[in-house]
Amino acid sequence: MSKAIKTVALVGAVAASLAAHTTTASAQAKEKCFGVSLAGQNDCAAGPGTTCAGTSTVDYQGNAWTLVDAGTCTEIELPAMADGSERMGSLEELERDLPQG
Amino acid sequence: MTDQSAFHAGLLSPTAPIPAGLTDGQNRPAGRRYGVYRNNVTVSLREALAEGFPSIVGLIGRENFDHLARAFLRQSPPGSPLMMHYGAEFPDFLATVEQLAPLPYLADVARIDVAMRQSYHAADSAGIDPADLQALDENTLLNSRFGFAPSMILVRSKWPIGSIWHYTLRQGPKPTGNGEDVLILRSEYDPEPVILGAAAADVVIALQSQTPFGSAIETADDRFDLAMLLNVLLSRNAITALNY
Amino acid sequence: MPDASHAFPALPSRPGVGYKPQHFTDILNDPSPVGWLEIHAENYMGDGGRPLAQLRALAERFPISVHGVGLSIGGEARLDPDHLARLKHLCDWLNPASFSEHLAWSTHDSHFLNDLLPLPYTDDTLTRVADHIDEVQSVLGRRMLLENPSSYLAFTESIWSETDFLAEIVRRTGCGLLLDVNNVFVSATNLDYSPQGYIDTYPLDAVGEIHLGGHDEDEDDHGAPLLIDSHGREVVDPVWALLDFTLDKSGPRPVLVEWDTDVPDWPVLADEARRAEAALTRALA
Repeated sequence: MSKAIKTVALVGAVAASLAAHTTTASAQAKEKCFGVSLAGQNDCAAGPGTTCAGTSTVDYQGNAWTLVDAGTCTEIELPAMADGSERMGSLEELERDLPQG
Repeated sequence: MTDQSAFHAGLLSPTAPIPAGLTDGQNRPAGRRYGVYRNNVTVSLREALAEGFPSIVGLIGRENFDHLARAFLRQSPPGSPLMMHYGAEFPDFLATVEQLAPLPYLADVARIDVAMRQSYHAADSAGIDPADLQALDENTLLNSRFGFAPSMILVRSKWPIGSIWHYTLRQGPKPTGNGEDVLILRSEYDPEPVILGAAAADVVIALQSQTPFGSAIETADDRFDLAMLLNVLLSRNAITALNY
Repeated sequence: MPDASHAFPALPSRPGVGYKPQHFTDILNDPSPVGWLEIHAENYMGDGGRPLAQLRALAERFPISVHGVGLSIGGEARLDPDHLARLKHLCDWLNPASFSEHLAWSTHDSHFLNDLLPLPYTDDTLTRVADHIDEVQSVLGRRMLLENPSSYLAFTESIWSETDFLAEIVRRTGCGLLLDVNNVFVSATNLDYSPQGYIDTYPLDAVGEIHLGGHDEDEDDHGAPLLIDSHGREVVDPVWALLDFTLDKSGPRPVLVEWDTDVPDWPVLADEARRAEAALTRALA
């Protein structure tokens, strides 16, 4: 079977499996995920809290601010090749980056 | 005379003097009363950024985020009254912050948050009936060009940004792998980030630039799972037109 | 953009609430406490998606008031033609029962500051605001309502009282007014004048809508009370009393409860609307 014929058969199979699925695009208006819907709302309320926060001179100025250990980033450790720089390499090449011993 | 330039100048600069000509109504200097406006501007923009970038708040914590947000909002206040678009330049800003150098993936993860918001507000569209695709003969199918939903947005990265995003916001497994491309899809009204392999993302880009279907899939390498990609696109109503 | 045809030509003299997407299902299931809804125009200027779908569904059931928060009518620069066009697009699509904006500015040098900033009441600002309102009414092809601000400070250069300033704007432009009685209470407390005295000199005939909302309490440098218009809690009793005082003079008007931060569950907001309904009933008696 040629590649083109295989492709057509595959597209047909996927489409057939979905035929029943996409016919009911109902207008479901109820919110599911407030995270996105509430981001960037305009309103006419004054900012919460005291008058102090905006007058604070605490500011990010070059090295004056340091990253404190917080959030999920402290739990994430990516291997050196996680930036994809080794993506094209063979298995053999990738193994060279593993810690020795 | 207090013109709006003077009033405006102090709002985004905590060290700027309080403009002249402002009082408490009893001829005493306005003092802290001006600070109410300064606070409203700073806090409202900071809150907008925190709501717009939940993955970054989750990744670095609120304290670190507030430092970044304050610095960003002072150098890049909104350029339009539509707050739904505010923060589109925040990912680029993150990439320039020296303190974030140990977290080089942060800017690309932030691009997912931007894309989710863009997708949420994008124009409505209807997906094609999969049967239309099934009905095409070989030659027509391979020469077809696809139209896509305006709510479909691809974010590419050399970092595992989809896994990082899901780990931080949706209790997904801990990210370990290589770079990931993330396709934001909005089946009806709720955008959803779907992780694609690089080859599948290449095919999406080729199709978006109106490459015929046959040529678009030909350039992809063997690791590419066409059935998976078609399933993802069709089931989320992402393909909106078949042109042949 | 989907098509919405609006069958409600005016806001009824009943309670309304500021619409929040969290309350969509609750409002449709329990609509009786409210006779109309208000939306912030800028949140419905996207290309599509759920916000516009919800608005279309709500507009079939309720009169809608479009309340702009970003036009910067008091700004020194000319009105942003792009933003005015977006407002026109929204109003043409929705044909709302009312359109209102603020006596304030929020944009300067192409920076949008996301706050309602104050104006000195001078002849210059009066001319500028009146010109901008003429332009809005001409572009939108409808009469607008102008809302009084919450004030935290005063300008030494002001020569008009706020109520005279508003009355003169109405005389020059033919616009109507949105009277925010919480803003009156906040400003009167902050600048130490009588809120009832303000209402006594306010052009009540021009009022097309009344706003209520919650505020926070702070202090200025001298320990004097400084109220902040936070819209994050229940309306306080003195503001309800000021509503009664106002309705007694004006007669029933559409009354809106605003709650924008720390938004509560629907029953809490519905209770505020019922309290407004009681005030309107008293005003009829």
